[in-house]
Amino acid sequence: MLHGLDFHVGKSELVGLLGPNGSGKSTLLLCLSKVVPLHAGEATVSGRELSAYSARELALVEASVPQRLEISFPFRCIEVVLMGRYPHQREFGSDSDEDLTRAMEAMRLTDTLDLAQRRITEISGGEAQRVIIARTLAQEAELLLLDEATANLDVAHKMQMFDLFSKKNNQGVTFLCAMHDLNLAALYCQRLIFLKNGRISVDGPTMETFTEENLTKIYETEVRIIPHPDTGVPQAMFVPSATRRAQSA
Amino acid sequence: MPDSNQTSPNLQEIRGRLTASRRVFVIGLILLAIVSFLSVLGATGIGHLQIPWETVMAAIGEGLGLSPAGSVERTPLVVVFDIRLSRVILSFLVGSALGVAGAVFQGVLRNPLADPFTIGVASGAAFGAALAFALGLGGASYLGLGTIPLLALVGALGALALVVILGRVQGRLRRDTLVLAGIVVATFLSALIALIKALDEEAVSAIVFWVMGSFQGRGWIHVAFSLPYLLLGLYLVAKCARELDIMTMGEVQARQLGVEVERVRRRLLVGASLLTAAAVSVSGVIGFVGLVVPHLVRMTVGAAHQRLMIFSGLLGGLALLWSDVVSRTLLPGGEELPVGVVTALIGGPFFCLLLKRRRGGVILD
Repeated sequence: MLHGLDFHVGKSELVGLLGPNGSGKSTLLLCLSKVVPLHAGEATVSGRELSAYSARELALVEASVPQRLEISFPFRCIEVVLMGRYPHQREFGSDSDEDLTRAMEAMRLTDTLDLAQRRITEISGGEAQRVIIARTLAQEAELLLLDEATANLDVAHKMQMFDLFSKKNNQGVTFLCAMHDLNLAALYCQRLIFLKNGRISVDGPTMETFTEENLTKIYETEVRIIPHPDTGVPQAMFVPSATRRAQSA
Repeated sequence: MPDSNQTSPNLQEIRGRLTASRRVFVIGLILLAIVSFLSVLGATGIGHLQIPWETVMAAIGEGLGLSPAGSVERTPLVVVFDIRLSRVILSFLVGSALGVAGAVFQGVLRNPLADPFTIGVASGAAFGAALAFALGLGGASYLGLGTIPLLALVGALGALALVVILGRVQGRLRRDTLVLAGIVVATFLSALIALIKALDEEAVSAIVFWVMGSFQGRGWIHVAFSLPYLLLGLYLVAKCARELDIMTMGEVQARQLGVEVERVRRRLLVGASLLTAAAVSVSGVIGFVGLVVPHLVRMTVGAAHQRLMIFSGLLGGLALLWSDVVSRTLLPGGEELPVGVVTALIGGPFFCLLLKRRRGGVILD
């Protein structure tokens, strides 16, 4: 599925992982969290071979926000966030005061503190997604792997979450975010890695790689780029086929 | 920071609520423990032979070696201590085991409709028992125990091993293949039981009665027989309560949160199956306790498995203890109903009520 990937994400980078459906973004993230085994090649996290980590050790250095939530039991949201503290706890351990403080701080940052006592089965999908982001923050890992972490959120919360990621990024946390929202990626990521058919198609700083030529080729639809009116970063505009026909005629 | 003033009372409020909920939990636990203790005493006093309460208490005291021998006549002593108390305690233990095992199976399979018998452990036990009846071993006895519990236990553990082997795909124990393997094994064993019944008509009524579940004629030897497996199973599942919470979020997330999913799942399955086997081998197949009790508990104390297991254990014990009292006292003249029939008759409608209420609640939300 993935072939010949060779890349390095430096500490405190915020990297966007882009590419069409089935290009291997999720698989790459799952490989990096040892859910999907590597058949060949090697991966290192914090200078250590991935296979040398136990599940708990790995959970201390990297945390993931999954693409799809699988919620079947009515846990309270605070209990869900506290699950992020699991790798920090000893066997037979219970939640310490510190765990609770960290969990609640993560909920404050993601604007979910009001939901703390609600059952996760009773809140909306977007709210549950933010609770899961809070859980991931409570894990306090130095590398965060996000798989469409904000796809279910409304615009305001999307921006709020990425503002938060960028703030965490300034504090030294490394991010690798698989995304479909090209413009959101261009707004926040310093570097973009484009995957196509399981290979790296383009990899480089956002300003250099987010071009009409690259996007049109990779996504196989016509793309126009205009600068963001306030920040000047490139933003993608898509062209409906009817317009395309009218122009050529 | 300007916003810290706004949020700090909120933090304290949540902390306060958590403390309060922990207090409610502890109070509930103490209350249930007291009710359980009183129920054991109360159920021991109930039976067809009317025995005054002082005699009941004196007999229990003497049986436990708390008071000197000879203070109670032989007949009430045997009835109260050897027959009733052992049976009451066994029914409580079996109910507890089924309650805890149900909670664990529902969590591991991430399906609130799973029960201790979902993956075929009960069919294994039933097959073992049926084989014992057919071979005419029903009367044979080892230390007064009989070969039925022994073969039922072997059958239950054998079925579990078979399911685990069949359920492995590429070295991994997957949830969906596990359920399928359970269905396959259970169906196959049921067919074998039907075959035994067809070939050996004399054994039919014994097999049918055993499968319905009963505590008739059980005593201290059965308590001693099932207790080690029960304790071992309890230890295995209690150790993994926290991991089980996390595993209900799905295998992928559990791994990413640092849970060794394979190892924990195997441990939980073996633990819960030991609990089920310990229960089934001495009582037969008793339905609904392992399904309804964890459901009811989850709706009231929430989904966290440590609490869920403790409450399901106590409530399951209480439910089966009183079901057994009903089964041995309902019919006049000393006739007994199989306790599995009683739990199904009470549990079935009760479960429907639970489902109805829950659906209503969701609509109102």
